[in-house]
Amino acid sequence: MISFSAVSKRYPGGQDALAGVSFSLGAGELAFVTGPSGAGKSTLLKLIPAIERPTAGSVVVNGQNVGALRRGALPYLRRNLGLVFQDHKLLYDRSVFDNVMLPLSFGALAPRDAARRVRAALAKVGLLARERANPIQLSGGEQQRLAIARAVVNRPAVLVADEPTANLDAESAARIVDILLSFNQVGVTLVVATHDEALVARHGRRVLQLAAGRLASA
Amino acid sequence: MRTWLRQHRAALARAVRKLAAQRAATLLNALVIGVALSLPAGGYALLANLQGVAQRFTFEPQLSVFLKPEAKRDELQARLRADARVAALRFVPRDEALAELRVAEGLADVVAALERNPLPDTFVVRAADSGADALEALAQSLKALPGVANVQVDSAWAERLAALARIGRLALAALAVLLAIGLVAVTFNTIRLQILTQREEIEVSQLLGATDAFVRRPFFYQGVLQGLAGGLLALVILWAGLWVLNFGVRDLATAYGSSFELAFLPGRDALAVVAFAALLGWLGALLSVSKYLR
Repeated sequence: MISFSAVSKRYPGGQDALAGVSFSLGAGELAFVTGPSGAGKSTLLKLIPAIERPTAGSVVVNGQNVGALRRGALPYLRRNLGLVFQDHKLLYDRSVFDNVMLPLSFGALAPRDAARRVRAALAKVGLLARERANPIQLSGGEQQRLAIARAVVNRPAVLVADEPTANLDAESAARIVDILLSFNQVGVTLVVATHDEALVARHGRRVLQLAAGRLASA
Repeated sequence: MRTWLRQHRAALARAVRKLAAQRAATLLNALVIGVALSLPAGGYALLANLQGVAQRFTFEPQLSVFLKPEAKRDELQARLRADARVAALRFVPRDEALAELRVAEGLADVVAALERNPLPDTFVVRAADSGADALEALAQSLKALPGVANVQVDSAWAERLAALARIGRLALAALAVLLAIGLVAVTFNTIRLQILTQREEIEVSQLLGATDAFVRRPFFYQGVLQGLAGGLLALVILWAGLWVLNFGVRDLATAYGSSFELAFLPGRDALAVVAFAALLGWLGALLSVSKYLR
């Protein structure tokens, strides 16, 4: 499902963010990507939807070498991935409903079916009652749940979440993790970057430990 | 196909919403485009009217050869026909000339007041060579013929008018090109600002799988809509301008016994102004998204 082979990433004028990282994740697998700040967690996650391209090595997602994809093919790759960002990346000029509708507006789904999907995703994260609210009116935990609803509305096979519990209280963080795990339980491949050691220990799944851009354990 | 149409409809709706959300800026931009377009469009309308007036008269290189009362018409006609510089010849009897004058606009009363026909018999000569020097030389030699009272080069003023109209058209074309560049720049800048204010939405959309075409489409619609609004405003400004000018033009024309007034652009030309404005809007948007949406 996801395969990194000797992947390195160097930013222009900077150090190696990743150096020789190799691992594979099968369909329906869950992996936590851990490590201190600057270890390369976010870079690793950005390589999966080709937000960044590897300087060396190859990243294969759903059988596609994403590093070699031309620009015009990227939207179709990303529609098959669910992305949850640390800073949510919500749009505050529209409602909760319209935020979740956004990824569906690019595709071919009929409006009525799309609306049904949006409500199903909102129900899944417990925000159906807030569909008309503006995201600014939501708490940090609710905003992250909204971001998850938007990520899963396209029913992706792979869900990638970058520090989804950062800056959240323990209760909200636990709820977010439960929601993410519920998707993994129905077969969605899940990659979660986190520096929360307790969270990782509690769930005891596969851990990709990064240190200074290198994979310390996989 | 239905998806494609639905996405275009959605992009158009988004563009309309964005323009409506910034009513003041939208109106000002349309006004700038409208005023700028109304200048060449107005000039074009004036020239078209002027051309209409000029076309009532001949642009052929003609000379009127007025005969003395005692002139021997047949003899003169034979000499004119024998002259290689004469391409065609038409005799206009003095009675026919008076009849023509009688039906000319505003002159019926004057003709009716005449006690006798003051007009001479005339040969209308079309010269083989339309050059000014050749016409002048022909006029001089015809004037020397026995029985000829006077020779008048009829088309000289019309040629000058046509030359002036050509200069006017060139000046208008240059003005239109300059203003078109200005309008493209206005749209370019408007779309640039829109892109900057929607930067976050664009970035999120691209991260979530929006194609470049999907992201760019609303900006194209904004450019075209802005151009259309500007084009329509230009027509309104032009119509109002001609309406005001016609008060003076009608008074002047009445003084000359004419009912002439400035006409608005024909439907096809008016449509071309609006389409041209929309095209400029699209072009401005294209340049802007090409530069700022990579």
